[in-house]
Amino acid sequence: MRLQKISKTSFLIATTLLTLLITACYPDHNQSTFGPQGPVAKSQLDLFWWIFWGGLVVFVLVEGALVYAMIKFRVRSESDIPAQTHGNTRLEIIWTAIPALLLLIIMVPTINGLFYMYEAPKTTKPEHTLEAIGHQWWFEFRYPDPTNSEKEIVTANEVYIPVGYPVAINLESVDVIHSFWVPKLAGKTDMVPSEGNFMWFQADEPGEYYGQCAEYCGTSHANMKFKVIAVPEPDFKSWLQVQSNPALESSDPLVQEGAGVFKSAGCTGCHATKTVVNKGSKGRVGPNLAHVASRRNLAAGMLRNSDENGSVNAALLQKNLRTWLQDPNEVKPGNLMSSGAQVYTDPDKKLTEEQISQLVHYLSSLK
Amino acid sequence: MSTFPISIPRPVHPTGIWGWFTTVDHKRIGILYGVTAFIMFLTGGVEAILMRVQLAGPELDIVSAAVFNQLFTMHGTTMIFLAVMPLSAAFFNFIIPLQIGARDVAFPRLNAFSYWTFLAGALMLKLSWIGGATDAGWFGYAPLTSVAQNPGTGIDFWIISLQILGIASLAASFNFIVTVINMRAPGMTMMRLPLFTWMSFITAILLVLAFPVITVALIELTFDRYFMFNFFNVANGGSVVLWQHLFWVFGHPEVYILILPAMGIVSEVLPVFSKKPLFGYKTVVLAGIIIAFMGWMVWSHHMFTVGLGAVANAVFTVTTMLIAVPTGIKVFNWLGTIWGGSIRFTTPMLFSLGFIAMFLMGGISGVMHAVSPSDAQQQDTYFIPAHLHYVLFGGAIMGILSGIFYWFPKYSGKMYSERQGKISFWLIMIGQNVTFFPMHFVGLDGMPRRIYTYADNMGWNFWNGVTTGGAFILVLGFLLVVDNIGRHWKNGEPAPSDPWDARTLEWSISSPPPEYNFEEIPIVRSLDAWWETKQGEAHKEVPASGGSGENGHDIHLPQPSYWPFVSAAGLFIAAYGVVFNDLLIPWGLAAIGLTIGFVGVYAWSLEPVNDPEEEDSTH
Repeated sequence: MRLQKISKTSFLIATTLLTLLITACYPDHNQSTFGPQGPVAKSQLDLFWWIFWGGLVVFVLVEGALVYAMIKFRVRSESDIPAQTHGNTRLEIIWTAIPALLLLIIMVPTINGLFYMYEAPKTTKPEHTLEAIGHQWWFEFRYPDPTNSEKEIVTANEVYIPVGYPVAINLESVDVIHSFWVPKLAGKTDMVPSEGNFMWFQADEPGEYYGQCAEYCGTSHANMKFKVIAVPEPDFKSWLQVQSNPALESSDPLVQEGAGVFKSAGCTGCHATKTVVNKGSKGRVGPNLAHVASRRNLAAGMLRNSDENGSVNAALLQKNLRTWLQDPNEVKPGNLMSSGAQVYTDPDKKLTEEQISQLVHYLSSLK
Repeated sequence: MSTFPISIPRPVHPTGIWGWFTTVDHKRIGILYGVTAFIMFLTGGVEAILMRVQLAGPELDIVSAAVFNQLFTMHGTTMIFLAVMPLSAAFFNFIIPLQIGARDVAFPRLNAFSYWTFLAGALMLKLSWIGGATDAGWFGYAPLTSVAQNPGTGIDFWIISLQILGIASLAASFNFIVTVINMRAPGMTMMRLPLFTWMSFITAILLVLAFPVITVALIELTFDRYFMFNFFNVANGGSVVLWQHLFWVFGHPEVYILILPAMGIVSEVLPVFSKKPLFGYKTVVLAGIIIAFMGWMVWSHHMFTVGLGAVANAVFTVTTMLIAVPTGIKVFNWLGTIWGGSIRFTTPMLFSLGFIAMFLMGGISGVMHAVSPSDAQQQDTYFIPAHLHYVLFGGAIMGILSGIFYWFPKYSGKMYSERQGKISFWLIMIGQNVTFFPMHFVGLDGMPRRIYTYADNMGWNFWNGVTTGGAFILVLGFLLVVDNIGRHWKNGEPAPSDPWDARTLEWSISSPPPEYNFEEIPIVRSLDAWWETKQGEAHKEVPASGGSGENGHDIHLPQPSYWPFVSAAGLFIAAYGVVFNDLLIPWGLAAIGLTIGFVGVYAWSLEPVNDPEEEDSTH
């Protein structure tokens, strides 16, 4: 009777757990590793499923034996002294050999998967070989200039890639260790200062893929995100073309006023508005702003400018720019702009509301 | 025979608080370690609860980013160095001499010194919250720990307290290694050692080999910070990956240091409450040795994403997967122990069974990490804290709780409340799973680690809320444990010498043991010496202090001493002097501290033996 009750409870617990387990994979969540959209992430997930099912079998067998033993061999009479078995060598050999064998079997697809993720396909084109440079707390991206092999095109926090093509990324960092992680496309690789790491991935479908820094890098590690946007190759080429142009100059007097503030407030000290630089040249302290108004997010994924399909909403963009300029520390505690720019550190040089409006006007024109 | 210039007599039978300050009795030192470490464990728990409240929902503002980053750093450092390791040390201290039939450890004053030095390091670390604690993670990756990134004193306190704690650990380890090798009762061969003593012995050897690595790493970091060296400064040719290698060559054996003692406890408790010997004693010992040995070959699995390359990652994948084999053997041997037994579900037994269940799950997620391509998705996400809390909380802490209840009668002389113990077990078991199981989900759902908040639209809200709820269930469980242990230590039913009908020598003497432990040093004729003795006497009731009836008058015991405390106090002052090296005189405070420490050690080496019961002996 009691055994039945325990069995029923165990069965109930087991079914609940299994249901929980299965429903806890959410492939449609933004950074879910269960929704791979490219070959590297897929191969990594496939390996995971192998180990998962194997692990589940081990779990059920061993925990099952544990529960069974606890029930079957519970004390019936205090004076009982069971047989004082000291061991069984044959049994011990078997239960050493079988796990070792199972592990050796898993090793084969594991090693294959390892070499797969470390070697970019031979078909990877040089024009699809990018650089990603980690900063506290934003991502710098550099593309080879298709018109000039000595030059690179610099952008920040959004990396466009052509759908269906392998993309190779060289990873670096200017300060501490960061990590480049876009779960739906590939597992992460760290951006280590002076180490020059490498990874590759491919997006099989067009879309916006969420990425986040995945190596603790200081105060605003939680606030360091990026987007990988996969578009058909012709669109990728035209995007890159637009990126290679310097910031738009406008004849609108309001915008020109803003451009003036941008200079006088010292923004140009850290933020460039020209995107074509010499290959390997030192980056700037802050993100390139030449085309900031066309980005879906501000402040490395912290403030959203666009709706789901990606078109920038002018009102949202202006609101976000204003929020950032009013108090960057609210958005990104510890950021270098709040701690380094005169307009934030020197109360006498604080930006007035009018100056902020002018800057917002200027920056939202930089499409 | 030379003496100290000023003749300072040793304390003679000190009582009250002086008794505790000058004790060299391993049992008292064990209790000091245990109480201190448990309090530190609770502070680490508070740090955890604060984090969980902050993460209960998206974009909360309970603690700031800066404070959160200090919280997770201090939580990790506290739990590893101030909780689990010294809790294990508490048991090494109290139990090992009793299990091997000795009257104390090989170096009693060094033992006291280890405790006071541990306290010094622990205080220094916890006090560093004042003025800003370290916030670079418990693993302190360069260059986050550089002066450029982290100019405050937080990192310095972290470095120096770890060095102090290292001295404490090394001293203790030397002591236990010599004790186990040299002070076993006649007839107790190594292969008749109780399993807890065996695992502790292996742990001590691991400590002696592993701590120097982190000591060197911390010295290099200190030189980078204080003297503009460039070990980890890439601008001048240093390497940040060097720190990671050094840290993890220490760090991986460290996790075996954390788990082996708990495995030893489980290997004691299961046989007693199944009324059967440990299944395959020799194999379990061998598995422990193999784990300790192989533990040196896997460290770069913590660095799978750092860019070591496919070949290096492949090698460490293979070694990491292979270490699952000896670990699995232990689990099967434990199953074999309870199989066919007569199982009594006391509180210590429940915790040991819980250990098996939880450690197994942690082991399975560990194998998932070992597969380095999928680890590229799991590394630095919540999947890792899920794994590590299953092995360290569900494993090490549950094992330690098992020991706390199992040996409670022996160290306190009282019985705890079994009913309350069982309730606290279930709360902790349920709490552990409700807290840490959902971390597997959010980890694979893309939530990185060490983030003080997360956006509303990521889909992580629900499971984070559940995890936080689970943490409060754990709080309840631990409140019950504290109450159970605390209340009954004072007011519980007096305990007999062998309340569990157990198997090892500590149960052959009274609860608590007399100061001299054994009236007569026992002669050991087999494994499970006490059990075999009892069977031989056909279950005859053995008196609590059987033997010569001389009430211990002729037993010479190590005498109390001030100097271990003084030496540790000197170290403590010197440590602060290193961090605050520019007070009145540069390095002045450090010099004062070192002098005090030096005087302490000098006096210690020359202090007279003045046991008033000794008429004419010179040793």
